[in-house]
Amino acid sequence: MNSTLVEKDVLERVLGEAMGRGGEFAEVFVEDRTTSSATLDQRRVEELSSGRDRGAGIRVVVGDTTGFAHTADLSERGLLAAAQAAAAVARGGGDGVREIALGALADHPTRATTLPGDVDKARKIELLMHADDVARSEGSSITQVQIGLGDSTRRFVVANSEGVFATDHQVRTRFNISCVAKGDTGMQTGYRPVAGTRGFELLSNEAVADAARGAARQAITKLDARPAPSGDLPVVLAGGSGGILFHEACGHGLEADAILKQASVYAGKVGEQVASPLVTLVDDGTVAGEWGYLALDDEGRPGSRNVLIENGVLTDYMWDYLRARKEGRASSGNGRRQSYQYLPMVRMTNTYLLQGDSDADEIIAQTPRGVYVAQLGGGQVNTATGDFVFGMTAAFMIENGRITAPLRDCNLIGNGPDVLQRVDAVATDFSMTPGTCGKDGQSVPVGTGQATMRLSGVTIGGAA
Amino acid sequence: MSELLAKAERLLERATGAEQIEVFVSSGVDTEVRAYQGALENLSSATSSGIGIRVLRDGAGGAQVGTAWVGSLDDDAIDEALAEARDNVRFATEDEFIAFARPDGVAPVTLQLSDDSVTSTPLDQKISMALDLERMVRNGDKRIRQVDSADYSDYVAEAAIVSTAGIRASYARSGAYVSVEAIANDGADDQTGWGLSAGRAPGDLDISVAAGDAILRATRMLGAVKPSSMKCTAVFDPRSAATLLSIIGGACSGEAVVRGRSFFANRIGEMVASSMFTLLDDPTDPRHFMASVFDGEGLACRRNVMIEDGQLRAFVYDTVSARRAGTASTGSAVRGGIAGSPSAGCRALQLLPGDIDQAEIFRRVGNGVYVESLMGVHSGVNPISGDFSVGVTGLMIRDGQLAEPVREITVASTLQRMLLDVIHVGNDVEWLPGSAAGQTVAIEGIALSGS
Repeated sequence: MNSTLVEKDVLERVLGEAMGRGGEFAEVFVEDRTTSSATLDQRRVEELSSGRDRGAGIRVVVGDTTGFAHTADLSERGLLAAAQAAAAVARGGGDGVREIALGALADHPTRATTLPGDVDKARKIELLMHADDVARSEGSSITQVQIGLGDSTRRFVVANSEGVFATDHQVRTRFNISCVAKGDTGMQTGYRPVAGTRGFELLSNEAVADAARGAARQAITKLDARPAPSGDLPVVLAGGSGGILFHEACGHGLEADAILKQASVYAGKVGEQVASPLVTLVDDGTVAGEWGYLALDDEGRPGSRNVLIENGVLTDYMWDYLRARKEGRASSGNGRRQSYQYLPMVRMTNTYLLQGDSDADEIIAQTPRGVYVAQLGGGQVNTATGDFVFGMTAAFMIENGRITAPLRDCNLIGNGPDVLQRVDAVATDFSMTPGTCGKDGQSVPVGTGQATMRLSGVTIGGAA
Repeated sequence: MSELLAKAERLLERATGAEQIEVFVSSGVDTEVRAYQGALENLSSATSSGIGIRVLRDGAGGAQVGTAWVGSLDDDAIDEALAEARDNVRFATEDEFIAFARPDGVAPVTLQLSDDSVTSTPLDQKISMALDLERMVRNGDKRIRQVDSADYSDYVAEAAIVSTAGIRASYARSGAYVSVEAIANDGADDQTGWGLSAGRAPGDLDISVAAGDAILRATRMLGAVKPSSMKCTAVFDPRSAATLLSIIGGACSGEAVVRGRSFFANRIGEMVASSMFTLLDDPTDPRHFMASVFDGEGLACRRNVMIEDGQLRAFVYDTVSARRAGTASTGSAVRGGIAGSPSAGCRALQLLPGDIDQAEIFRRVGNGVYVESLMGVHSGVNPISGDFSVGVTGLMIRDGQLAEPVREITVASTLQRMLLDVIHVGNDVEWLPGSAAGQTVAIEGIALSGS
């Protein structure tokens, strides 16, 4: 494959065409993505699927207006047609084609050591079967095991009218296992993901076996679950389980698109104490190997480490090119897009709370009554009001400072600015979890992380 | 159309020996407009096309299937996909229930699901609709302080499904939408509300309906409080009821049932819901936004009743789940575009309407909570165990009238319990975009968690 997907001189002419009607900024994003997936359900290899998507998205900015077009036709003719469509927003301005000169290509080779295309499909099947064996060996109550394995190889080139000309090669691998256990009280589920911006080396037999055991034990444990309580209680989030709380409760509200539209509770609050002094929140695209890692964001800007909240004080928001341009500053490397078919916008990468200095066991021992959350499912936030919910998929009661009965699945609900003030202990056992973040119809891989921590009170949406 | 179908059929000629091929091919044109503060913020236009190929091989222990897809209709790309699908077949487990759909004699209904005016309407007119919508909301109430998105979008798409098992289906559809999200402020707090209008063409849209809904929903939430925890009746508005119906529809999927992932498994014939609850999936009803002529395997869509007067009657099946269950497909295969394989699911759910309107439901309920939006549905509902716990915003109902707005609460129960606890079904059906229409539904015995 051509390392730039499209020749430099073609990109220069396409950008020239895009700018020709009075555009102030133009960008060509060319992407070639191959994906593969396999599913094992009840020990049947149901389906191997392979996919390929290749095309270009072109945007032109004039004033506060963005024109966008995408095409799967990577010929010069196809790209020029898309450039004209995107440039149509610049009505009447300009006097024809502009000269655009790009410099040398900034290349970012993948750090993956075993590329997806080099892995024998039979080896993938063997791994799926191994995980299934491990899960079922946890107990006869495990009646169903479903496993997914997937990878994607994404190469893109981004070139813009300001001279950015860069390419990235992103390889991601994921494995997820769901188990169903059946008991006298009905069926319960357990789930574990393993995912990274890495090649197949991520998935050792040990790594998938750990996940399989975890998912199976979670389902079996929940067979004894009782209904979760309802109302306000202290909540202890296990290390690695609760990063999504910060992703939802404040991460989305710190994205500059919401800020500039005054659609976030955090607008205008830089320099203010918005959280407990125990909270230092970072968004970091540079954590190599993590699910939200990126050498380059989808606007050609290097991923970077950005401190958003430091000791409880709001320090900065996350920025993409467009929002940064409006404020006359630099992007923070948070411009991302699901694929060439979408406009980039401000997105998180790996968002985590820095660890504190408490001991995880001590935190539990010092909680007379509360809820211990071992795993969270998805969540959702209204950035304008700060209200959020997130689901507990593995949780226990804490009674007299000890973890006791497992609880049935339910949601927690709270308000971002309020819950940030309620962080009253943070431990040292930091770890991260992969996830998928959806916003405005686009999904991107993200990481979240924290150490064991306690919130002095959160509303538990149980039925008991 | 004939071009797409011809392209798909040419591929079938390449099947060799015991091999069977199924091809799903689609192409479409999309337009999206976003207005912000009186100006055009984004204008996107795009043409896309792609192909999904499934290859099936019969063996001694059953059939194997492999798939591949590509977002292009170039001959080289299609060749590559076919080769990949063939390679993938080898690794699948032989399974006696795997098969492609075969024509079953059910005649497709005639539906006009595509409107040429999507293409013929000038772009300027589409842009004006977004701008007008944004202005109407911004100027509609002085408490509206921000309209963070006001969108117009439309699409026209065509698709064909053909297979060496005798399937030959093609169809076209179009859609147009406006949606708007508003933020209201009364000096103390912010509240949001969104409104929409949807149809098959720009002429079907009513921007004043979308604007009015967004303004009402945002402004009447101002001053919302967190009530104390209680057990009460919850009255779900048509939008949130539609979300509930989609979840119930998921449990009616024959695929979920044969995989042991539905709380309805082994319960056919039982009273699983209140006697006023009749749930059906009917893509042949032209009023439904997701009305369709063909299912995801190219069989004719048909009317399926899953729950009748509270009794669980039937599940919906695609070809493979039907074979596993020892029955026939109900024409209910759904597939997520070129990259998805068919699976059994509902696409056009509706709950048969009751005979009272929303105001009468409020009057009869007397006291409870009116649910206007749900949050965290994907994380708070477990379709296998039936556990249900979602965040909601809405208004209290007191003495049969809407009272103070409430927020930061959850409502919880189990799906099994909720179905039995339905006490009123409204006659106010809204044909919403998405897989379910909705109307006002009242459910008693819900645990509301507040402070």
